[in-house]
Amino acid sequence: MTGPLLLAWRYLAHHRAKTAILVGSIALIVFLPIGLRVLVDQSAQQLRARAQQTPLVVGARGSALELSLASLYFESRAPDPIAWRELLRLRDMGLAEAIPLHVGFESRGRPIVGTTLGYFDRRGLRVAEGRAPAVLGECVVGAAAARTLEVGPGDTLVTAPETVFQLAGVYPLAMRVVGILAPSHGPDDGAIFVDIKTTWVIAGLGHGHRDLTESGAEADVAAREEGRITAKASVVEYNEITPENQASFHFHGDPSDLPISAVLAFPPDDRSRTLLLGRYQNPDETVQLVRPAAVMDELLETVVTVERYAIAAIAVVGAATLATAALVFSLSIRLRRREIETLHKIGASRPRVLAVLLSEVLAVTILGITLAGLLTLGVRQFGEEAIRRFLLS
Amino acid sequence: MPSACALRGVTFRYPGSDFELRVPQLRVDRGERVAVIGPSGTGKTTLLHLIAGVALPETGAVETAGLDLLRASDAERRALRARRLGLVFQEFELLSYLSVRENILLPYRMSPALRLDAEARARADRLAEQVGLGDKLGRTPDRLSHGERQRAALCRALVTEPELILADEPTGNLDPTSKQRALDVLFEYADGKGAALLTVTHDHDLLPSFERVVDFKSLGAQAA
Repeated sequence: MTGPLLLAWRYLAHHRAKTAILVGSIALIVFLPIGLRVLVDQSAQQLRARAQQTPLVVGARGSALELSLASLYFESRAPDPIAWRELLRLRDMGLAEAIPLHVGFESRGRPIVGTTLGYFDRRGLRVAEGRAPAVLGECVVGAAAARTLEVGPGDTLVTAPETVFQLAGVYPLAMRVVGILAPSHGPDDGAIFVDIKTTWVIAGLGHGHRDLTESGAEADVAAREEGRITAKASVVEYNEITPENQASFHFHGDPSDLPISAVLAFPPDDRSRTLLLGRYQNPDETVQLVRPAAVMDELLETVVTVERYAIAAIAVVGAATLATAALVFSLSIRLRRREIETLHKIGASRPRVLAVLLSEVLAVTILGITLAGLLTLGVRQFGEEAIRRFLLS
Repeated sequence: MPSACALRGVTFRYPGSDFELRVPQLRVDRGERVAVIGPSGTGKTTLLHLIAGVALPETGAVETAGLDLLRASDAERRALRARRLGLVFQEFELLSYLSVRENILLPYRMSPALRLDAEARARADRLAEQVGLGDKLGRTPDRLSHGERQRAALCRALVTEPELILADEPTGNLDPTSKQRALDVLFEYADGKGAALLTVTHDHDLLPSFERVVDFKSLGAQAA
């Protein structure tokens, strides 16, 4: 190592704390705008990719963003429900494949998504272990959720109570895990999937209990009227669906009134898509049809605006930091005047002394930029995972 | 006998200062040990700077190790200081962030006139060994005593094997034992190499060790 470089390196190494602060400051002012840009790009890419895979979503009127976030990423609060008949209506139009979604339930912090097997085909989800849910009460778990919940086929997951005290009398349901999905690197990895009917059981809209026509069930019968039996409140409902009690599960009321959160619509071509959009333009329409890609674009426009303000703020802070760094260096040079004079006295030229000082500035700058580069690489490497984990799951 | 340094009719003034130094004549022969005494503020340190070519006189002539400093270029004066002069400072002026070995070899690191080779490294180690710092070469100055720091500074001044040593109060901050040890190092080197030694000092106890003592005032030097 040449003289000036050695001296510069030794000086920086000796004053570790000062060097670390300077390097950290430079790294941050370089990294923040770049890292933010990378993160925004990755978020945009992920949000758009998912949105583009989901051409249209039917849901309750209200916030299109909340509907999109809830039905694409199982994020946000559950949207107001729409009736099952909206799914039937969409299917009757014959303009798109319609897949129902019912969200808003959880098990150990993971969202439970009620849907049909068509969802798995549309999302390209593959069961890596076990099988797909076939009957009421069965579930398959996304790869990431299975890893964090440490469950596999044969295990049981219990739904979270909807309210603390269960005043409505809806009890947690124990679901059998029958399969684990292969990683899809999307929000599906963090979810638990069940048949849509299972979500109605979770919501307390369907239930199973002992057969009240059996002899010996009189204690649980409140009234018998011409083929209709009214159960007492004391009748014990099953909180797990087993092959033995499965047949006893039933839903009361009109099935077409049962709630769902949204319907994903996949039109086969642009014409069908355009026609479908037209069908939902009626102002009296009680539901809305949203284009998630357009909703995400709007969201990203806001994000980009916020990013611009953030970068402007970072630029101001960066300028202040650079000014402070320059001040630190100039004060340091003043404090080292005797040292500099000594170097002159023992035969060092002014350019050589200057080379020592510039080497220090250069080394700090290079270290700062290198650290910023490593942080940016880290964001590139782990940003997507972080976005999935913190933003989309 | 050829001179190690010679000043004739020198006047010097710091820019923007009333201080003026006049040295009618001063000569130090090769191998001679000379002590310069005088009150504070009379320009003794400035005298050493003039001899070393760190400062240049307004008038007069300064010849050091055969080089006319007024005619020499800046690079030649720097090369002179690096290769042929050994400078010792009262405050040692060691670099706090370098090890003792790196401090001793500093002239080689900072002057293109010197080449840092195995011989120079061995000489640095040998000098450190001689002054009792052989086991402290890897330490930084803050882990040395006052006396050890001055010995490390002496090694830095001597490692280039100078023919003239200019020492500014080299024992000013040392206890009696360290003082004697530092002087022994200087004298041993000067005797061994036939080098001249010009020391500025306030310490009258040291004067018997020098061949010639120059009172700054009797020299005719004046600081106005």
